[in-house]
Amino acid sequence: MAVAAPSIGKRGGFQLSAKGQERAAGFTFILPALIIVVVFIFLPLFSAFLISFTNWNGLQPPFEAQGVGLRNYERIFGLDGTTVVRDEFFVAIKNTFYYTLGVVPTQTALALVLAFIVNQQFLRFRGFFRVAFYFPSITSSIVIATIFLWLFNRNGVINGVIGGVANFLGLQYSPVTWINDANGIIHNFLRLFGVTIRTAPAWMTETTILGQTIWQWISGPSVTMLAIMLLAIWTTTGTMMLIFLAALQDIPRQLYEAASVDGATRWQQFRLITVPMLRPTTFFVLTIGLIGCFQVFDQIYVISQGNPAGTTKTIAWIVFRNLRDSQAGLGAALAFVLFVIIAVFTVIQRRLVGKTVQQ
Amino acid sequence: MSTSAVAHQPLSARGFALPPNTGKVVRAVVTYSILILFALAMIMPFVFAVANSFKELPDIAANPMRLTPGVRADGTPYSWTLQGYERALNTQQINFPRAIFNSFFIAITVTIMRVLFNSLAGYALARIRFPGRGFAFAALVGTLMVPGIVLLIPRYLILNQLGWIDTYWALLVPYFADAFGIFLMKQFFESIPREIEEAAEIDGASRFRMFFVIILPMAIPALTAMAIFAFQGTWNDFQGPLIALNLNRDLYTLPLALAFLRGVTGDAVQWDLMLAGSVITTLPMAVIFFIFQRFFIEGVSYTGVKG
Repeated sequence: MAVAAPSIGKRGGFQLSAKGQERAAGFTFILPALIIVVVFIFLPLFSAFLISFTNWNGLQPPFEAQGVGLRNYERIFGLDGTTVVRDEFFVAIKNTFYYTLGVVPTQTALALVLAFIVNQQFLRFRGFFRVAFYFPSITSSIVIATIFLWLFNRNGVINGVIGGVANFLGLQYSPVTWINDANGIIHNFLRLFGVTIRTAPAWMTETTILGQTIWQWISGPSVTMLAIMLLAIWTTTGTMMLIFLAALQDIPRQLYEAASVDGATRWQQFRLITVPMLRPTTFFVLTIGLIGCFQVFDQIYVISQGNPAGTTKTIAWIVFRNLRDSQAGLGAALAFVLFVIIAVFTVIQRRLVGKTVQQ
Repeated sequence: MSTSAVAHQPLSARGFALPPNTGKVVRAVVTYSILILFALAMIMPFVFAVANSFKELPDIAANPMRLTPGVRADGTPYSWTLQGYERALNTQQINFPRAIFNSFFIAITVTIMRVLFNSLAGYALARIRFPGRGFAFAALVGTLMVPGIVLLIPRYLILNQLGWIDTYWALLVPYFADAFGIFLMKQFFESIPREIEEAAEIDGASRFRMFFVIILPMAIPALTAMAIFAFQGTWNDFQGPLIALNLNRDLYTLPLALAFLRGVTGDAVQWDLMLAGSVITTLPMAVIFFIFQRFFIEGVSYTGVKG
């Protein structure tokens, strides 16, 4: 009592100014970070949204740009009767879509399988495997793109390895020009069965939807894009494996013990404990994979710059190219369209997670 | 005991008359084979790149698969060389030593400032009551949802307005704080028992003294983790410097310099130089990774928390 009384008195006496001090401290602590975030994220986003309704060329002061209303957005979707911007946008949609469809499921499945393997009780050198799988994801995307550009070169290591294996099996292999091959991989696959652009039915090669023939729509990612997809899978699988591994190790062991006491087989344990417990993590990995894929840019910049024949143009790439080509207003509009696409997919994904959590 | 007997029963019931350990051995062999195969796939590209960076240009072109110098058509051997590194450091197209300096200068400055700003903000959100705290928190959460690529043109717009294009300011200041780091710090500070601050308060310490003298030293593991993420992110960043620099190549960072060299050489890429440049760019991150491995691996579970 004797000790507590003075301290309460002291606090009571300074209560107002102490509160003021606390507020001042709060403002001072949060302000530097808040200013950075507001000035370099919110303000730019807001002004870029306004700019997307102008013909700003990126060089003149933004206030001198002329307002064009919804024109930029109309051009993107071809609502104003022109097709140049629209066609390129839908090429980018197609490319980005194939890229995502190839990369996300593959990296998620691989990461999951590897995580199960690394998580086995008896495994030794676990630290080594973790480091090996994680190293690519701490490396600069530009360095990785440079190394892959070299590996996938016509006389490079990849062709060398495939040639070596083919030789060993007694097969013929003519080196692929990975970095400059615009042929779609589905197109190449169909050719194996004798279906080519000449033998395909006319409705496929002559009907044009949004600037591309049906044949072009279904011919798949180009060989060059495939190389970039392999690069992406190679880079991200390790990180995702570690996320799965952390989730696996978070599953309480008692659950398995209880299940095996109840006579559940290993397969039943896997199906009824592991799979449901991993579900939130799986959706998380799918989401970050999806968001990452929609933004693919650095690798495109180094490896192909949208070439060959526009088959590696992605949405992010055309956003940048419009900025570079003095069409910053249009570029900003494209960026917001991309923002909406990503947001929509994220919301759809959230819904799915919500459902599974309720089950 | 009884459960393992049950687990083994179906196998023998199906007529597999194998020694008791065979299943385990097979499983181990399959497991290690798969893992080693994948580990090789992850490591070999780097091994090839590093080995070839020490080879002569014609040797790289002729024998990329060899990890040691090859043999010329006339039978004389190629030798190990530092040519690629010398050419990278002396190339006329870009000031490579300056790019090394820029990368270090920018990554270190950003790391220090971000650790300071993020921990201050994280602490305010975790412990201090002030009007507008809810707003500040909501604003920060909002930024987590903005994809980086969407910020490309907006960032350019604001840097242009500030007159910062082609200056160090544009490469530094926008990165002094980030929402993700602030949340990490907030979470950490919330885990510190309140009693410690209450004791300090009774002793009459101000918030500032309390933060810098008592709280911050306790946060060193969290600060280290954040510093590593900040350094890695800044060191490897490409899009930021790409839009912030227009004509001033003296401010190029290493990733930008590499991409630029690839661009100017077109199809005739000088591989000795490019591989050497890649190794130089990767080396500092590799060293940090091996020293602070634990933080990286644990950091992944933080990203898990983010979802």
